[in-house]
Parts: sequence; structure tokens; C-alpha cells
Amino acid sequence: MKSQYLLAAYAALGSSFALAQTVPAPATVDKNLGRNLAAQCANCHGSNGKSVAEVASLAGVPANVTIQKMKDYRDGKLPATIMHQLAKGYTDEQVALIAQYLEKQPK
Amino acid sequence: MKNNLINRRDFVKAAGAASLVGTGIFASGCATIGGAAKPKVVVVGGGFGGATAAKYIAMWSERGIDVTLVERGDAFVSCPMSNLVVGGSSTLDKISVAYGGLDKYGIRRVKGEAVGFDATAKTLSLADGTKLPYDRLILSPGIDFMYETLPGLATGEAKNRVLSAWKAGPETVALRNQLTAMKEGGVYAIHIPKAPYRCPPGPYERACQVAWYFQQAKPKSKVLILDANEDVVSKKGLFMKAWNGQYKGIIEYRNNQEIQDVDARTLSLKMSFGEDVKADVLNVLPPMRAGNIAAMNGLNNSNRRWCQVDWLTYESTAVPGVHILGDSLQIAPAMPKSGHMANQHGKVCAAAVIALLTGQTVNQTPMVANTCYSFIDDKNVVHVASVHRYDAAQKTMVTVQGAGGLSADANALEGVYANSWAKNIWADMLA
Ligand SMILES: Cc1cc2nc3c(=O)[nH]c(=O)nc-3n(C[C@H](O)[C@H](O)[C@H](O)COP(=O)(O)OP(=O)(O)OC[C@H]3O[C@@H](n4cnc5c(N)ncnc54)[C@H](O)[C@@H]3O)c2cc1C
Ligand code: HEC
Repeated sequence: MKSQYLLAAYAALGSSFALAQTVPAPATVDKNLGRNLAAQCANCHGSNGKSVAEVASLAGVPANVTIQKMKDYRDGKLPATIMHQLAKGYTDEQVALIAQYLEKQPK
Repeated sequence: MKNNLINRRDFVKAAGAASLVGTGIFASGCATIGGAAKPKVVVVGGGFGGATAAKYIAMWSERGIDVTLVERGDAFVSCPMSNLVVGGSSTLDKISVAYGGLDKYGIRRVKGEAVGFDATAKTLSLADGTKLPYDRLILSPGIDFMYETLPGLATGEAKNRVLSAWKAGPETVALRNQLTAMKEGGVYAIHIPKAPYRCPPGPYERACQVAWYFQQAKPKSKVLILDANEDVVSKKGLFMKAWNGQYKGIIEYRNNQEIQDVDARTLSLKMSFGEDVKADVLNVLPPMRAGNIAAMNGLNNSNRRWCQVDWLTYESTAVPGVHILGDSLQIAPAMPKSGHMANQHGKVCAAAVIALLTGQTVNQTPMVANTCYSFIDDKNVVHVASVHRYDAAQKTMVTVQGAGGLSADANALEGVYANSWAKNIWADMLA
């Protein structure tokens, strides 16, 4: 926890430097990654997470709820026909990016 | 340049989009005063790959890119769910979707037949002589059949008697009509070519649907599956369970059934080994290759049948500036030719094309996933699923180990989810 606080403080400091120096974002951070990954869920959960049929919408769902459900599917704690198999295909980081993107989509 | 006449409101929107995605949006080399010329993407094929790519480029670029969709058909007719029309539990109406839903994204729709392109001048040619300029061309033409391997199906008359119904539309209904007209006690035979072909589980699903119909209407009739492959290509255990269970005595499966030709007059197959096989309704899926527009223009650099692409952008490895999606691709290992997959190609390609046209970096870690649902009867369904990630060392897509799998058993809940999948994927492409 402590190191996280330190990191956050550092980042806050860093941002004022960034303003002055216009440090470019690291090349590895792709701002569209969450969008691109979430688009894979659209085949079944609808474009931008808005379903038009029986399978649940994910748009506007708080990120922590989606993250927890994906964990539970992966660990076999939620009954599923298919999500237990798909959830195992994504890392925790990827699931978090997807969930954060979907949270921001209109219901 | 007369197509670049855009109204002021559009211009303001485009300028807004440009500021969102960075000024690189006008860096495509054809910028004119005031930035009136947006980069141009032309997409051929309003199916699973093409319609998805067109919609997502327009949506994600917030109209910063000018998208034209060329499609020969009047409406989209879905191959997924079309076996239910053959079996009689659905209709062509229920599996057709209008293209008008794409208008709200500012996509220009052109009804026509694409016949070729000039990769230097960067224009696509249509059969009526129209030339459409592009900065990036995307082709998702699906498959065409290698009729040259089956001389007996050369004429239109022969093709009308021995249908494939492997492109949904009038043939789907015609096959249904052949089945309803068939006498009780007759034989329906389906011939499956060697893999790869469009939709690995599709022929087995169709056999189940025909058997389901026979069970209701013509219980003494038989379904004969003649498979050129060594074994059932997809969902073997789940299909065998149905063939040895609810369809026992109706469906007969034979492997290693290569054919030399088809006799449309006598409705018989000339086998490579053994005696001719005759049927009352003969359904032949000819060997398949990339759609004509790709296969006829030098993009088919894999066995002269399929097209190789860079999996980060879906750009052809044969011709720069041309991207290919869907069934026409030389697939990566364990990647089926499916609508679900083509839809996912469309999105990876859309993100990459926007990045390329706006000077952003292309995503280096794309992923795609697949699911194919198959109907065993009118309600019970089985699935196969997989997740694939880009492997930078091998420069191809590989399956994520431990993910994906099959249904435990055919079940009605997945029947509900399969119908839901169809509605959502159609909307994801076209609404
Ligand atoms: C019976 C059957 C069942 C199936 N079931 C499933 C399923 O359950 N799930 C699944 O995921 N997949 C399924 N599939 C597979 C799926 O249909 C294909 O994989 C998918 O259609 C491939 O998408 P595509 O974009 O490559 O081609 P298509 O969807 O076929 O789109 C190609 C489009 O391009 C147009 N076109 C082609 N050439 C030109 C040209 N020169 N000019 C203008 N227009 C042109 C065509 O009219 C067509 O609209 C099934 C297929 C069949 C036959
Ligand atoms: C092939 C279709 C399919 C795809 C693709 C798919 N899902 Fe699902 N999803 C389902 C189904 C079906 C359910 C219901 C549970 C089950 O039977 O597996 C579900 C349920 C869920 C739920 C629980 C919803 C609720 O309200 O309880 C979440 C969260 C979820 N999926 C997230 C995702 C994410 C994130 C992705 C993309 C990485 C995704 N799904 C891709 C079919 C799909």
C-alpha cells in the first residue's frame, strides 16, 4: 500500500514537470487498448456493451462489478455456459481495461 | 474530386474529429484547402467482415474518415442461422437485415459489383465503370467456389439442381423447397469438401437440421453425410452424440469420401473410390477459395487459394494499401472461417486503418476470439469457443492456452444465447 501512495505522489509531482517539459507518453501505453479489447465482447453483449437481446448489457456497469464477475467466471464460482471459457483468455490487466471502457459507455 | 463536396456541418464535425485524433488525420497526402478531403476508405463486401470494418472505422474515427461500402446485394442475409431455414424452423425474412442502419454513421453505400483495383492509382473499379478512389481498400468478399474441380456443375442448370446453399439467400430457400418436395423415404446427401472451408461445423449442423425436419415430416427418410475429410472436422463428440442418439437410424456418416465429379442429371456423385452414390436431394459444397475480387487480383498468395495478411493490420502481404478480412484469409492455426471471426478481424483492421491514416501507432497486441454455435434441433445448441492473441515472435495469431472449449452437452439455454448472439452480431455490423 505504502509504495502505491508513494507512486501516486510521485505521479502527481511528475505531472507538473510534464506540463513544463511535455514528456511524451511511453510508446507502450495505447489509449485505445480498452476500446479495442472491449469490442471483442460486442458480438454477444452488443456494440459498446449495449445488448439488443437476451444476453446482458455491460455498458455503464461499474468496472469493479465486471472485474469481479470475470474473476468468478474464471475461477468457476459463477455458473456459466461459456463465460468460464472466455474469461480464461484475458489477463487481469486486460479485463480491467475492458471493464473501465465499458463503465463509461452509455446504458 | 467532386465527391469531396461536403457541407459545412460535416466539415465542422470532421474538423472536430481531427482535433480529437490528432492533426495527422489530414496527413494522407490528398489534403486540400480547409481540410475538406478526409482520408478515404473503400470497403468491398457488406458481410461479417466488411460491414463491421465500415461501421467501426466511421464510428471510432467519429466520421474523420470517409467510408464507402460497396455491396452487390440489396440486404444482408446471414449464413449463421440459415440452416434453420433449411430445416424449416426459421425463414429467410428472419435472417435478413437491411443496410440502411449504416447511414447514421455517414457511410456512403454503393450497390454494385467490384471487379478490380489499381493499387498504384489507388482506385477500385466497379462493373458499371465507376472508379472509386481510396487511401486504403478493405476487401471482405467471403468465398467463391472452385467449380473448375467439378465439371459436372459447369452449367447454370446443373448448379440449380445440385445446390450448395453455402451463401445464404435464394439458394437457402431453394434447398428447403427440394426437401419439402422430396418423397417420403428419400435420401438427402450432403458432400463436404476437404478443410479448409467456410464454417467448419456448418455442414454437420445442416445434417442435423435436415434430420430434424425428416423426423417431423418424413420419418422414413435418410440423411447421408459424405465427408471428404478423414474425420468430423468440428465438435465431433457433440455431433456424434446426436447422430447416435436422437437421429439414430436417420443420419449416416461416412468419412474419406472424396469425389471426382457430380452428375446433376441423375443426382449422383462420382466417388474417387467405390461406387457412385445417388440421392433424391443432393447438396454439394464445392471446394472453396478466396472471393473472386481477391482471388482474381493477385492477392491469393497462399496456394493460389487464400490471402496472406499482416495480422496487426490485415494488410495484404502481396499488395500494399489493400486489407483483407474474413473467409478469404489464409487462416492462422486453429482459427476457423466463421462470421464471428470475420467480425473480429473487422475491428482489429478498423483500429489499425484509423491509426495508419491518422499517424498513430498501430496496436501491437491485438486479440480476437471465436464462438460458433450449432443448432442440433430447433432449440438445443452446442458451441465451440477459442481466444487468440498476436505472437510477435511468430508474427501470427496463436490460441491462448487454457481458454475456450466446448459445451458439455446440447442444451436449450444455449439455444436462447445463440439467438441472442445472432441479434447482437447483426446489430454490431449493421445497426
Ligand atoms: C450454413 C452456414 C452456417 C454458418 N454458421 C455460422 C455460425 O453459426 N457462426 C459463425 O460465426 N459463422 C457461421 N458461418 C460462416 C460465416 O457465414 C462466414 O464465415 C462469414 O460470412 C464470413 O464473412 P466474410 O465477411 O468473409 O464474408 P460474407 O459474410 O459472405 O460477406 C461477403 C459479402 O461481400 C459481397 N461481395 C463479394 N464480392 C463482391 C464484389 N465483387 N462486389 C460487391 N460485393 C461483393 C457479398 O455479396 C457478401 O455480402 C456459416 C456459414 C454457412 C454457409
Ligand atoms: C459468445 C458470446 C459471448 C462473448 C463473446 C462474451 N460473452 Fe460475456 N456472456 C455471455 C453469456 C452467454 C453470458 C451468460 C453467462 C454464461 O452462460 O456464460 C455472459 C455473461 C457475462 C457477464 C455477466 C453479466 C451479468 O450481468 O451477470 C459478464 C460481466 C460478461 N459476460 C463479460 C464479458 C466480457 C468482458 C466479454 C469480452 C471479453 C464477454 N463477456 C464476451 C456470452 C458472451
